[in-house]
Formats: sequence, C-alpha cells, structure tokens
Amino acid sequence: MSTLEIRGLQVSVNTDAGAVEILKGVDLTIKSGETHAIMGPNGSGKSTLAYSIAGHPKYSITGGTVTLDGVDLLEMTVDERAKAGLFLAMQYPVEVPGVSVSNFLRTAVTALRGEAPKLRTWTGEVKDAMEALKMDPAFATRNVNEGFSGGEKKRHEIMQLELLKPKIAILDETDSGLDVDALRIVSEGVVRAKEANNLGVLLITHYTRILRYIKPDFVHVFANGKIVEEGGAELAEKLEANGYAEYVGS
Amino acid sequence: MSLLTTNYLTPTGREEAWRFTPLKRLGGLHDGTAKVGDRQSLSYKSSASGVKFERISRELATSPVETDDVVMQRVREGAHNVATLTIAANTEVAETITLSRSAQGLDSAEFSRVRIELGAHARATVIMENTGDAFLAEDVEFVLAPGSNLTFVSLQEWNTGSTHLAKHHAIVDRDASFKSITVTVGGSLVRLLPSVEFIGQGASCELLGVYFATEGQFFEHRMFVDHKVPNAKSRVNYKGALAGQGAHTVWIGDVFIRAAAEGTDTYELNRNLLLSDGARADSVPNLEIETGEIVGAGHASTTGRFDDEQLFYLMSRGIELSDARRLVVRGFFNEIVTEIGDAVIQDRLMDRIDNELAKAGS
Repeated sequence: MSTLEIRGLQVSVNTDAGAVEILKGVDLTIKSGETHAIMGPNGSGKSTLAYSIAGHPKYSITGGTVTLDGVDLLEMTVDERAKAGLFLAMQYPVEVPGVSVSNFLRTAVTALRGEAPKLRTWTGEVKDAMEALKMDPAFATRNVNEGFSGGEKKRHEIMQLELLKPKIAILDETDSGLDVDALRIVSEGVVRAKEANNLGVLLITHYTRILRYIKPDFVHVFANGKIVEEGGAELAEKLEANGYAEYVGS
Repeated sequence: MSLLTTNYLTPTGREEAWRFTPLKRLGGLHDGTAKVGDRQSLSYKSSASGVKFERISRELATSPVETDDVVMQRVREGAHNVATLTIAANTEVAETITLSRSAQGLDSAEFSRVRIELGAHARATVIMENTGDAFLAEDVEFVLAPGSNLTFVSLQEWNTGSTHLAKHHAIVDRDASFKSITVTVGGSLVRLLPSVEFIGQGASCELLGVYFATEGQFFEHRMFVDHKVPNAKSRVNYKGALAGQGAHTVWIGDVFIRAAAEGTDTYELNRNLLLSDGARADSVPNLEIETGEIVGAGHASTTGRFDDEQLFYLMSRGIELSDARRLVVRGFFNEIVTEIGDAVIQDRLMDRIDNELAKAGS
C-alpha cells in the first residue's frame, strides 16, 4: 500500500519577466488502487503539477511538501523519484535520436530493478506488452519517439507504465490527440496496470471521454493553480454539461 | 633521411585553409623544419584474390592531380614510394581489406603516400586503422574507375601526443560511388582534408564522420567536394562532440558546383555537441554555385548542448544522469558509427566514446 501526499504545494517558473507563481497551494492524497482525475481549463497549472512532482528542472518549488510513503520526493533527483515508484506519462514524449526503444527499455528496467533482467523473460515481457497495446514488433527497433505518430507516442508511454511497474502514475493528458480506438487501447493498458500492480493513478485531462474507460474514484477541479472543487465521478458529468466557466476568473 | 630542396610557401596562419590550425603545434610539418624519418608504418592484410598491394617507387608513380597543400607537396617530394592498393576491374571483394598503422614514434616525422585504385565495376571496403604514436603527414589518393564502388573507413585512434595531417582525395568517375567514414577520437592534433572530384556523370559520394575531442585536442576536418560534371550527387554528414578545456574542433564543408555541373544534388550537414565549458567548435559550410540548373543544394550546421528535455525524459524512467548522458551521446553518434558495418569496431568505438565522456567528468 503506497500513498502519494501533496501538501500546500507552491510552484513557480522562471521567465524572462521573473518568477511566475503557477501552483498556489495544492493538497492531494493518492493511495494505491485509487484513481484521481484532475480536470481543468487550459493554463490552470495541471501539467505544472505533474512535472514538478516528477522533478523537471524548469520548475521551482517555493512551498509545501510531496512525499511518497512518508519519504520526501522533492529532495530526490528525477531518477530517484522514479526508483521510489513514481511514473509520469508525458503529454509530449521526447525524441531521443539514435537510442532504440528496446535499448531504452532495458536500460530503464535495469536501473529500476537494480540489476539487468533475465534476457529471455524480459524479451517475453516486452513482446506481451507490445501485443497488448497492438504495437508492431518492429517498434522495438525504432528510435525512442522519433517519427512516432501521436498515438504511437502514447502507446509507448503506457507500454512503459506496464513494464516498469510503478506504485503511483501521473498521466498527463494521455488522451489528447488519440482517436477513439487508440483511446480505448491505451485506457485498457492503464486499467491492466492498475489491476496488476494495485497502481494509484493521477489522471490529468481536459475532457471527460477517457473517464468512460478509466473510472475515477475522485474528481478534482483545477483552476488558477489550485483545486477548487472535489467530488466523485458525478462531478465529471457536471463538468461535461457545464464546462469550466464557473471556476474561471473566480 | 630526406633532404627537401624546393622552396614552398610556408603558411602564416592568415590563409583561409590554415586560419583555424595552430601552426605551432605542427612540429614543423608546414614549414619544412620537421625532421623526417624513413619509416613505413603501413601494413596490409587481405588474402582476397584480385587485390594487389605493392610499393611503387616515386619516379614511377605520377600523381593524377596537383595539390595546393604545402604539407602534401612536401610529402610528395619526400616520400620514396607510394603504397598502392589495386582492386582489379569487375572484382567484388567480399571481405574487408585492412590497412593498419601502429606504434610509430614521435622523434621524427613519417611522410607517407597511399593510393587506392579500383578498376571498372570493382567493389571493396577498405579500413585504415591508425593506432599508436604518430607524427605523420599522409597523402591518400583514391581513383575510382567507372561503375566502381569503394567504402573507405579511416579510424584515428592515436595515442595522446600524436600529430597527423592527411589529405584524402578521391577521383570518382562515371557511375562510381565513393563512401568514406572518418572517425577521429585520438591524438593531440589531427587535420584531415577529405576531398572529392567528380569526373564522370552519375558519380556519387557520401562523406561521413564522427569526432570526439577532449581537453587540449585539436581535430580539423576540412572537406571539398568539386562538382565539375553534370548529374553527380554528394552527401556530407559529420557529427562531433567536445568536452574539456581547450578541446577544439573545426569542420569546413566546401562544395563547388561549377557551371558545367547541371543536375547536381548536394547536401552537407555538421552537428556538434558541446558537453562542457571551455570547448570550441567551429563549423563553416560553404556552397559556391555557378549554375542554377541543379536538383538541390543545401547545408545545415548546428552546435548545441545537452537537451534538458531528453535527459529529463530518460531520468524520469529511473536512468541516472551519467547513464542518460551516455545514452544521448551514443545515440548522437550511432547514426554514423553503424555505417561502418563491423560490429567489433563499432563496439570498440562506442566504448571509447563512453570513456571520453566519463573522462570529461560528466
């Protein structure tokens, strides 16, 4: 049983015009097996929350705490956070020229497990994960995210989620840019990872359509750098009908 | 011991061709003050039929082209013979032909001339492996008869303290293809001048290279592609990394499309990765065009540092910073190193690149 605990998190980003505060005190607790959806308008700070928890150097933490099972994540380097059990599926996965998917995955799993996986079992694991996400086997020989379509990038992120077996996963707009079929395939992957590893999920999205496949236990409305309303799955339906208008500018 | 009589114009450093080169570090190769020894460090290994290696005396080996490079002029006057590798017409040599130089010594300079000739429709891969201590000025010529195909790999894995100046000049006839892969990872000062001269239509070349300079190393790759006939194609792609105080690389890509060279297709690219402060990469593409009737002509040059987004992505999967940097650098060079097509050499070079990176204190 794991718990990601975010308390009073304040984050700013440095711009040419000086530091700009983006997160203005976020409180959120995610436990193993739970799915939390964070919904909000563009520019409300949803992605900043995701990237600052993962440790992106662009963001400065100016207040608050983030712990995973009581251990301070904010003191850790980016790779240490991953080793502690955190995973971030990115909205815009980054191209790494000249590095094949299979080499990348093997390097990552070796780092996370502390030893190289047995070749035969690992090859089988990768093959199964790719098949489950309906990916061409040739995918493993391609360079990481290079020339991938939007859908391929997202499948690749979820394949890593299934293979690397984190405790808590943050999915940053994993649904954006996906057609209906790809959305279903990717969502099924998230559900599989949840069931297999009792994963806790923080799902960041703009739209409700992914919530038809991944049922949230909690829905949090995010606006102006903080959570402004919380509820169950029914809150998503209300947002679907009314939009974010009542939260913006408040 | 050679005695040079001709009075050549000694470069001052103000000439375009010499403006980046630290003349003081050439050990007198440019001004004729270098002591020249009688070494012949090149050895040959191949048992393939249709391949001949011999040393032809200077008097019998007239060079097909003049050279305007003062060091090469001295080499041509000073070297007693020309190491000549001949691949007979219509011969396809399946196995790689290896020419190697090793452990030469730094007390006196070696002047060396090498010629590689392919008969019509011959096909071969030649690897020149350079290791040990070198004080070397080298004139390498390639003559590709119509329809022939040569892949030439030159590996500069010299010991610290080595000085190596070389010209690689290829004369490429009708429908022949010349591909070179140049790797420079060792030595104190290496200055290579790859050049290609197309003399028949449908000829093509691909000049690829990688270099990695660390503290105090100077590596210059200055190429010239001469499109003097119609419908020839050239591609240039050099990638370099630099780390450490005083690491300096120079890449010059000169392409000349003469008035007669209609239908030319050329593109050249140089990318540099600066891995630390105190290193300097010069990158100068030059395109001179005398006809507009061409298929394409372009160039690109970039010099940058590690991409934070790439490192963040890799690290967010649990990969440590030093390993993430190693992956990115290997990936950067991978595109060209895999072109060598020899797994043993590729692994050795990648390990060397890892070591250079580790040495640079990543």
